Order: sequence, then structure tokens, then C-alpha cells
Amino acid sequence: MLAIFKRELQSYFYSAIGYVFMGCFLVIAGIFFAFGNVLSASSSVGTLFSNITFIFILIVPILTMKLMSDEKRSKTDQLLITSPLSLWSIVLGKFMAACAVFLLTLLCTGIYVIILSSYGNVSAVEVFVNYLGFFLMGCCLIAVGLFMSTLSENQVASAISTFGVILFLYLLDSIIASMSSVTMLAWLCKALNWVSLFARFTDFSSGILSLTGVIYMISFAGVFLLMTVHTLEKRRWSEG
Amino acid sequence: MIEIQHVTKRYGAKHAVDDISFTINKGEVLGFLGRNGAGKSTTMNMITGYISASEGRILLDGMDVLEQPREVKRRIGYLPEQPPLYMDMTVEEYLKFVCDIKEVRKKSRKAHLDDLYNLVKITDVRHRLIKNLSKGYKQRVGLAQALVGNPDVVILDEPTVGLDPKQIIEIRKLISGLGENHTVVLSSHILHEVADVCDRVVIINRGKIVAQDTLSNLTHGIGEAIRMTVRVVGPEKPVTRLLHDVPGVKYVESMGSKEENSLDYIVESDAKTDVRRPMVNAILQAGYSLLMLKPMDVTLEDIFLQLTAEEKGGF
Ligand SMILES: Nc1ncnc2c1ncn2[C@@H]1O[C@H](COP(=O)(O)OP(=O)(O)OP(=O)(O)O)[C@@H](O)[C@H]1O
Ligand SMILES: [Mg+2]
Repeated sequence: MLAIFKRELQSYFYSAIGYVFMGCFLVIAGIFFAFGNVLSASSSVGTLFSNITFIFILIVPILTMKLMSDEKRSKTDQLLITSPLSLWSIVLGKFMAACAVFLLTLLCTGIYVIILSSYGNVSAVEVFVNYLGFFLMGCCLIAVGLFMSTLSENQVASAISTFGVILFLYLLDSIIASMSSVTMLAWLCKALNWVSLFARFTDFSSGILSLTGVIYMISFAGVFLLMTVHTLEKRRWSEG
Repeated sequence: MIEIQHVTKRYGAKHAVDDISFTINKGEVLGFLGRNGAGKSTTMNMITGYISASEGRILLDGMDVLEQPREVKRRIGYLPEQPPLYMDMTVEEYLKFVCDIKEVRKKSRKAHLDDLYNLVKITDVRHRLIKNLSKGYKQRVGLAQALVGNPDVVILDEPTVGLDPKQIIEIRKLISGLGENHTVVLSSHILHEVADVCDRVVIINRGKIVAQDTLSNLTHGIGEAIRMTVRVVGPEKPVTRLLHDVPGVKYVESMGSKEENSLDYIVESDAKTDVRRPMVNAILQAGYSLLMLKPMDVTLEDIFLQLTAEEKGGF
């Protein structure tokens, strides 16, 4: 698993992808920080993070598009699958590498926090909870992207499908809200509420550490990782 | 020892591999022959655990590939049809990565890699990016990858495809060397590719095993005698008739002139008689000169022809 993690991390920074990802994130976050915090004199990290959740729609596909699809295209999956590694360690290694790049990027934004704390009162707990929530949410969406990337040999196809799914998750709250007036669809709203990832972040962004929120996010990522492993396993048996 | 027991792989309604059984003995070099699309790669992918069989079992030293994948995969090195290389890594980084995933001990790693560089002759390119290597070198790196960790069994899917003749000879020599302390399975669709290196061949056609034997047994009778080129100085019609009249000759065709004043003929004899001596005598007695007699390579097609002929004769 460690070997996969290392190789994947290295490949992010050998190709431009790692830098593109960090660059995009930091520029967008920087703009929102400048306008949302500095110019409007708000010292809340929560404001920043809840303003930029849309960022995932754009940047997660960059991070995950080639994770699995490229292995399949270049047939290097034959090396991994015929090695003594288990499917789980392959999938987890890749997942963790993407999460690590995300974490690294997130830590770079620590500078914003330092700037904020020099102007106003910043609560350490609030900052921590926000970072935790934002990181966990990113990991969930990376798991989604990893899964989408397993479905196709084509990087572009996997990027677009990841983009689509995350956009759907992002809009889910408004979709639920617009449906809630129709009583017939109440059951559907309930079901959709279950997968409404972005809604769970509201707790974190207001600085409340909820255990259910953490568990929810870990399970959310877990389900997608499980589906990824399952897809790989099923492919070996495929007769199509 | 690897046992393949009644293995079938279905793709839709098509049977890519259809109820095959054979054994690969410890320490032998086995040639796995078949035309394009015969099912060679599919079989190798199943032995190495890349894909699963629809039916049947594959055992390595008694362990099922699907039940004890880790144990089995540890003992097998695999070079697939297309070498599984990461283009963005250097040769050295790549092979270190392969050492990692194949659980080669850190301590012995450096010496092991140095051995491999020497063996497949890639020492001078080991700091180059894989994507910048020529096809032949990529193939060598692929081969090195299969040998990482010194696995008992090495499975090579058409390792010489696309290489130039000099490299083919080198790789073939390397494979014979491997045969001394590994079990090697080598696939090809060209008979003479595997002829020199293999102890035994298994021939697969349309997903079914059609023959498994030593090469000399399989080519027995079709050996040197079945098809040859002769170059004779003399008029075309009488020479053709003369060659035709040699007992055992079934077919003669004039191929035109390749050398001044002489004509080339292809002579086919039946599989059981060696016609060379009577033929040469007849040519000389008639007062013509013989400039060349060259047996033609036995091809896979010849074996197929013979196998089907035997079937017809037998029933
Ligand atoms: N994933 C797949 N889906 C559908 N059919 C397949 C698949 N893989 C292989 N086949 C079919 O199975 C048959 C055997 O293929 P295989 O690749 O094993 O042949 P091969 O002997 O390796 O041929 P070659 O010499 O061209 O490499 C072919 O007819 C091929 O079309
Ligand atoms: Mg093949």
C-alpha cells in the first residue's frame, strides 16, 4: 500500500497535475479570502470555507481523473493485479495519495489563518473543526472521483463524470428544497437527504464538532472505496 | 508445478478458452503456441490471476490462484503482451517500485537490481525516463520487471514481438538461461521462435489444446523432409517431371530463376519418406547440376496440417 501511495504521490508532482491542483485551489481560495474576509472584515474561517465548497466541483476531477483510468489504459493494472498486493491496498494507496495532495494544499491555506489571527480573534477550535470538516468532505469527494475513474479507461470521461456527480451533490440541497413542497415525493427527499454530503458541512463550518458528522463522512468515503474494490473485482470475472 | 484443469473463459457467447487442461512441470521451458486470437494471452492472464476463469481451476504447487492469490502471485513473474510500464518513471524508479510491491527485502534490493540490469542489459539506460526508451529497451525493462524477486515461475507473453533480429536472438539466449533455474512459459505464434528454447510445446487453436508434446515428436516426419527448395541447372519441364517422378514426392512447383542459368523448385514430400537421397541421385543421373537443397522451416501451419491429416487418417 505504501508503495502505491508513494508512486502516486510522486506521479502527481512529476506531471503538472499536482501543481495545477494546488494552484487552482490556492488562487480561488485566495480570491474568496481577500473579498470575503479581508475586505469585509470577517475573521471567521467558517465563512471562507462555506463560501468555497463549490471549489470541489472543479478541482476534485483534476485530482482523481487518471487515478484508475490511466492504469487500465496503459495496462499497468496487469502489474498491480498480478502482484501480491490486495485490491484494497491498491485502492487505499491511491486514495490516500490524492487525499495527501489535498491535505498539503489545505495546509498552505494556514497562512490565511495566520493573517486572520493577526487582525482579530480567531478561535482555535473553530479553525480546527473547519479544517477537519473541509478535509473530510474533500476525502469523500475524492473517493467518489476514484470510483468514477475506475469505470472508464478515458481520463476525460472520468473527469467529466466526476464533475457531473459532484455538481449533482452540490445542487442536491436546492433540489431537495424544491421538491419538499410536493408531499408525494417526501420519501424521495428523505432518501436524497441521506446522500446530501454538502449539507453535513454546515455543522462543521459553524464550528460545531459533531461525531455523527465525522462518522457520516468516513462512511460515505468508505462506501465509495468499497464500490471501487468491488468494481475491480467484478471486472476480473467479467464475461463481456 | 502448475496444473490447469478444465479451464474455460467465456466472453459473451464466445469461448476464448474452451475446457483446456495441461500441466507445466517444474523447471521446464514450455512453449505455448497458437495463431492470433487462439487464446494464449487469455490463458496466461488466468494463470497469473489477472482475470478469473469462468470454469475450472488453476493450481500452482497445489494452491488455487483464486483461493490463495497472495501465495501464488508471489511465485510468478509475468510479462504481459504489452509491458506494464509507467512512462513517467525512470527505469530505476520503476524497478524499485516493482521491488516494493513484490516484497523484495530492502537489504538485498540493490544487489538484486544490479544483477537484473546486467542480465537484460539496461545498465546504461537506468536513469532514463521509460517513455523515452526504444521499443526493444521497453521490452527489456518489462522482462526485468517479470524477474524481480526471482520468482519460481516466469510467464512471458510474446516477449520478442516487434524486436529486431539481433535483439530476438539475445532475448532468446536470455530465456534459455532462465530455464536453468526457473519454470518458464513462453507464448508465440511462430514455431521457430520457441523451437530452440523450449523443452515442450502446447499448441492451442481456437481456445482448445490441439497438441502437447516435445517439439521433435511434433515435427517428426514433417521435419526436414516435408518441404524444401532445390536449385537445379536444367530445362524447366523435364526437371519438374523428373522431380515429380521421385517416389514420395507429392508436389513440385517451379519458382523461377533466382540465380543465373538455374531454376528454383519447391518440393513437397509426404511426411513419412525422406526423398532427399533418391531425388539428388535422379537429378545427377539425368545430367543436371544441383546447386542448392534447403529444407524450409517447419511452421505452425505445417503442424496444424499434419494434425488434421492424422485425424482424417485415424478415423
Ligand atoms: N475482454 C475481452 N472481451 C471479449 N473478447 C475477448 C476479450 N479478450 C479476449 N477476447 C477474445 O478471446 C480470443 C482469444 O484472445 P487472446 O488475446 O487470448 O488471443 P491470443 O492467442 O493471445 O492472440 P494474439 O496472438 O493475437 O495475442 C480472441 O478471439 C479475442 O477476441
Ligand atoms: Mg496475445
